[in-house]
Amino acid sequence: MITPQIDRDKCDGCGLCIIVCWHHCLVLTDDGVVAIVEGADCDWCTQCEAVCVTEAITCPFEIVLG
Amino acid sequence: MVSRLELLESSPYFSGLSSAELEEINRLVFEKRYDRDEIIITEEEKAEALYFVASGVVKVFKTSADGKEQILAIIRPEETFNEAPVFNGGMNPASAQAMVPVVVYGIKRGDMEAILRTKPRVALNIIRVIAKRLRHLVSLVEELSFKRVISRVAKILLDYAGDGVASGTRLTQRDMAAMAGTAREVVGRSLKTLAENGAIRIDRHRIIITDRDSLREIAEQSF
Repeated sequence: MITPQIDRDKCDGCGLCIIVCWHHCLVLTDDGVVAIVEGADCDWCTQCEAVCVTEAITCPFEIVLG
Repeated sequence: MVSRLELLESSPYFSGLSSAELEEINRLVFEKRYDRDEIIITEEEKAEALYFVASGVVKVFKTSADGKEQILAIIRPEETFNEAPVFNGGMNPASAQAMVPVVVYGIKRGDMEAILRTKPRVALNIIRVIAKRLRHLVSLVEELSFKRVISRVAKILLDYAGDGVASGTRLTQRDMAAMAGTAREVVGRSLKTLAENGAIRIDRHRIIITDRDSLREIAEQSF
């Protein structure tokens, strides 16, 4: 399952991505960084990427010819 | 990942050279590895070397005073970056950053000059490579000057689409915004409009080009 990518070094644990995630895919771990727990529920809305000030979370698209 | 010698053989820089000449150049090549997001070269620092991407993807970009990023080129395996300052002196005109884990092969500026002096065929090859790069930059100026954002996004999708066998470069909406010279939100709206028009279909993390002709038509529209 392809999921958004999280750069643990960049994540400042602000939790904004957790708030905007409709599908509750993200949690804040004990070490203060965000992790994906329900990757299968992620619909790639990219809101987590949009709100991340430190650019720690990214949702890259693969572009293919149909 | 291609070996150093394989990369030299396949590079347009060194086409037409004998095995002995390639081996000679190979001895001047150094290797460097970078993690995702790591900066490879920084704008306005002294240019040290010419780089060939062996594996991974590198973005070449400029940053404005207020932190806005404009991507000038995405460099894929077997392509080069940082030619200009290596040949005409001065500082790096742009920064380069690893988009994924990257291995690059480099040739130092002084070594490159020595190759040019002894192998005129390489100089001719390099003129062709730089002319191609110039065409790309002229095309970028044209797009930024005359085309609507949706046309620029359509062109990015066409340029970076995988051929259905090999997967294409993976780009975030932020990457596309930096390439199109616009805000991330505008890219999001453009993708939505292109999907509504039936030119593309967004299937979770995949953007599928469903109507290539329609997308090309949108890409070619001017103001």
